[in-house]
Amino acid sequence: MELTTVAHINSFLAALVLLTAFGMLVQKRIYGLIHLFAWQGLFLSLNTAIVGYVAGKHHLYISSLLTLSLKVILLPYILHVLIHRLKIRKEVETIVNIPMTMLIGIALVIFSYHLTAPVRELSTLITRSTLAIALATVMIGLLMMITRRHAVTQIIGFLALENGLFFAATSATYGMPLVVELGVALDILIAAFIFGIFFFHIHTTFDSLDIEQMARLREED
Amino acid sequence: MTVVPYIIELLQIGVLIGLAPAFVGWVRMVKCWAQGRRSAGLLQPYRDLAKLFSKDVLLAENASWIFRFTPYLVFGTAVLAGGIIPILSIDLPLAPTADVIVIVALFAIARFFIALAGMDIGTAFGGMGSSREMMIASLAEPAMLMAIFTVSLANRSTSLSEIIQVIYSGQSVIRPSLAFAFLAFVLIALAETGRVPVDNPATHLELTMVHEAMILEYSGRHLALIEWAGMMKLFLFTSLGIAAFAPWGIAAREELSAVPLALLYMIIKFGVVGVAIVLIETGLAKMRLFRLTEFLGAAFLLATLGMLAFFILD
Amino acid sequence: MADTSIMLLILLGVPLVCAAALAFAGDRKFAPEINILCSASTFAAGLGLAVEVYMQGPMLAGGKFFFVDAFNVYLAVLTSFVSMTTAIFSRRYMRKEREHGRVGHRRMRFYHAMFQMFIFAMLLCLLTNNVGVLWIAMELATLSTVLLVSLYRTPTAIEAAWKYFILCGVGIAQALFGTVLLYFAAEKVLGEGGEALLWTNLSRVSGHLEPTVLSLAFVFLMVGYGTKVGLVPLHNWLPDAHSEGPTPISAVLSGLLLNIALYALVRCKVLVDGSTQSHHAGDIMMGFGILSILVAAFSLLRQKDIKRMFSYSSIEHMGIATFAFGLGGQLATFGALLHMLVHSLAKSAIFFTVGHASQMHKTQQMDRIRGLFRGNPLVGWGLMFGVLAIVGMPPFGIFTSEFLILTATIKDAPLWTPLLLLGLGVAFAALLRKVQPMVSGEIPPNQKPMKAAHLPVMLHMALVLIIGLYIPDFLNQWFHTAVGLLK
Repeated sequence: MELTTVAHINSFLAALVLLTAFGMLVQKRIYGLIHLFAWQGLFLSLNTAIVGYVAGKHHLYISSLLTLSLKVILLPYILHVLIHRLKIRKEVETIVNIPMTMLIGIALVIFSYHLTAPVRELSTLITRSTLAIALATVMIGLLMMITRRHAVTQIIGFLALENGLFFAATSATYGMPLVVELGVALDILIAAFIFGIFFFHIHTTFDSLDIEQMARLREED
Repeated sequence: MTVVPYIIELLQIGVLIGLAPAFVGWVRMVKCWAQGRRSAGLLQPYRDLAKLFSKDVLLAENASWIFRFTPYLVFGTAVLAGGIIPILSIDLPLAPTADVIVIVALFAIARFFIALAGMDIGTAFGGMGSSREMMIASLAEPAMLMAIFTVSLANRSTSLSEIIQVIYSGQSVIRPSLAFAFLAFVLIALAETGRVPVDNPATHLELTMVHEAMILEYSGRHLALIEWAGMMKLFLFTSLGIAAFAPWGIAAREELSAVPLALLYMIIKFGVVGVAIVLIETGLAKMRLFRLTEFLGAAFLLATLGMLAFFILD
Repeated sequence: MADTSIMLLILLGVPLVCAAALAFAGDRKFAPEINILCSASTFAAGLGLAVEVYMQGPMLAGGKFFFVDAFNVYLAVLTSFVSMTTAIFSRRYMRKEREHGRVGHRRMRFYHAMFQMFIFAMLLCLLTNNVGVLWIAMELATLSTVLLVSLYRTPTAIEAAWKYFILCGVGIAQALFGTVLLYFAAEKVLGEGGEALLWTNLSRVSGHLEPTVLSLAFVFLMVGYGTKVGLVPLHNWLPDAHSEGPTPISAVLSGLLLNIALYALVRCKVLVDGSTQSHHAGDIMMGFGILSILVAAFSLLRQKDIKRMFSYSSIEHMGIATFAFGLGGQLATFGALLHMLVHSLAKSAIFFTVGHASQMHKTQQMDRIRGLFRGNPLVGWGLMFGVLAIVGMPPFGIFTSEFLILTATIKDAPLWTPLLLLGLGVAFAALLRKVQPMVSGEIPPNQKPMKAAHLPVMLHMALVLIIGLYIPDFLNQWFHTAVGLLK
């Protein structure tokens, strides 16, 4: 494949990842969130596979497959099952209103672009321009965790954050060594199980998954 | 001083004025098919216009000159905008003098005067329609400018003819920024032309109207002109979108012979766009007015993302 | 080298196998004994490894995957030691908890299994040479304790565990980004693949690593690992998590995990210093350290829950250690290393006594705990001595380390001294003021007598006292070597 064509495809997929991140930021329906997350994982694994093909790094194929199975199939499935079992309300409330959140998101994109400038100058990879997008995805995931009041969306924000990190690894360095990638995937899997268990605990104890309920631990005055 | 560009220019304006009602007729026809009704035919808008022209004008007593002037102004700006946007060819004599920002400004003038006219008589519905229209405009206009800027950045010019020139010369490529800008443009076009999910063009309920509320008081030839201008606005937005994002088929410089072919392409593309509009309209429900801020905010967001993506990725 | 490999195998393998075993047998009568036995063998292996390193200097093992030098082997010994004594304490404590009905069968199994898994993760974190695996182990350590914090399933416990999970998860994610940037810089010099993530290689070429990228990486690593250390303003999860779980878990979290996070941070700082050749990273650490000291010290005044109060004390002491590591230089680094040791011992001893005290009164609120001297002298005096140690009274070890750090501050960064003194002073006053009514006075009606675990508390306090009075030669030597490595 021609190198510039690949660079374009890479940019396209990066843009789609960012778009899904913003989509998750403004989405109010939980099923929509899960689907967007699955799409993000799909774009990410496609991107990884393409980079692996072009750069000749075969361990990226394994990473891509791992991402696909974990983030596109397994995690959304787990989330679906959880939501169904817990009979969670299908809508989420936000702390900050949507247009404001979008503006903050845009500001974060600009900020991450500035932040990754030194790396961009030094990198020789075809994927160097997507590092800013990756960092922006991380920050938007963080923003999503802060501005939502629901445990499920906080978790999805966390997973989106991990997506951004994985993307950062492929953009900056053509992927970390395989042992690290496997370890990270293992951690995510364990984290997924833990938060599944958590939801049950929270739901049984608080009878809802609204985070605002969990605000009892504070300093006494 | 060749005469060819002027002929093309006149041809284009003629196409605009003449075929805009046909386009609206096409959209209505497809909508009827989609909804399982029998349509009134492609030429129904012409018959409506003819009917309106033959009727008397009924003016309120306290109508000012603005009220009487507005229909002509709106019609005029639409025609003028049609002279700038390349519909059949990029070889337009007005092109060097005006670019996309002027187009946006022309639409803004028209909108401004219609809003004033809505408030002119002093009825409640007129004022309500005007305020709603202005709210939509205040959100849509920055988004539109942002989307247009993205396209301009990608093609290094704000003049539409130049942009198409650049695209034809093969220097432009499909960039993610353009994809974002395109999505944003679609959303804004829906808002500006008053289609579902922003405003229902077929509604009879005053409380859900935006555009219709402002022109509630018009009758006769005034109403005919405003309706025609509305049809032309839809036509123009579609051609703006095609010119910015999918211009292949528009005749290049000094090619009078390519114009008929361009006309054919234009008809095909408009047909496709009409179907797309109907799909969007039947697929979505009209949004609550308060959710419009989110809708247009999303459009602004997409446009800004497109611009950022241009700097970051390209 | 074969000895090293065997030691490492035992050191890491035993907790892992034990975790698996206890997952099935954790609620039997002899489960706590198995726990203690495994921890003891881990400790023995740790001591063996330490002796090896002492004799032969730093070494690589497992095909460069593991790296053992004075810095991490000392922490490994400390970790395995405190785990062992905590396992001894846990036996008495959890038995009481089961009598009170706060924990059931399945949860006991889970508790024991996760306890050993936690030890495994911590040791892996310390001994690995691969910066990426360091991150993975840190995350694993967090994950293994998250559900332990919510073991009692009360609303506050679940809230604390959730906060812990989310905040530490986010923090650690930042650290991952920092690691990616580090790998990016390393790749340029060391080529691609696993070699570029090995700390030994990185420290060798740190002068060639790109300074701008490393500074950026350090910011993320600081935020990431700093969250785990409990530095202000990233400390929000700490008081909740350390006060809500079962006390043995609070003890190991406060005493051990914070140390390990600090270890990770310091390893990264060494790389950054080598690259930027400036005091930039150190300054950042000093800033965070002082902020933690001050905020924690002043927060101590407002506490009503005993475990929460001591968690804030942990934040303060970690702030002191971070500050000292940031200051750099021989004296401060020595002091910091010593501080990590004695704080770990003293804080876990305090948590042991606090655990028993709260079991005796069935509450963690300080205004309902009274008369510990009379009710259970071991607990009462243990707590008193523990607090005296932790606020820096001579002749306990913490006085020595704080004195060293203060001296270094006056010498190298005199303007920070008043802030440091302020923090130490306020903490001193706050802790003593709160503890005094708890230990003295008449036995209140709600106090129930109980048998406490003698050995852990006495052992820890004895060690802290001895170190305060006289630092043994080998320890001195050990620290000096570590200081040399951290230049």
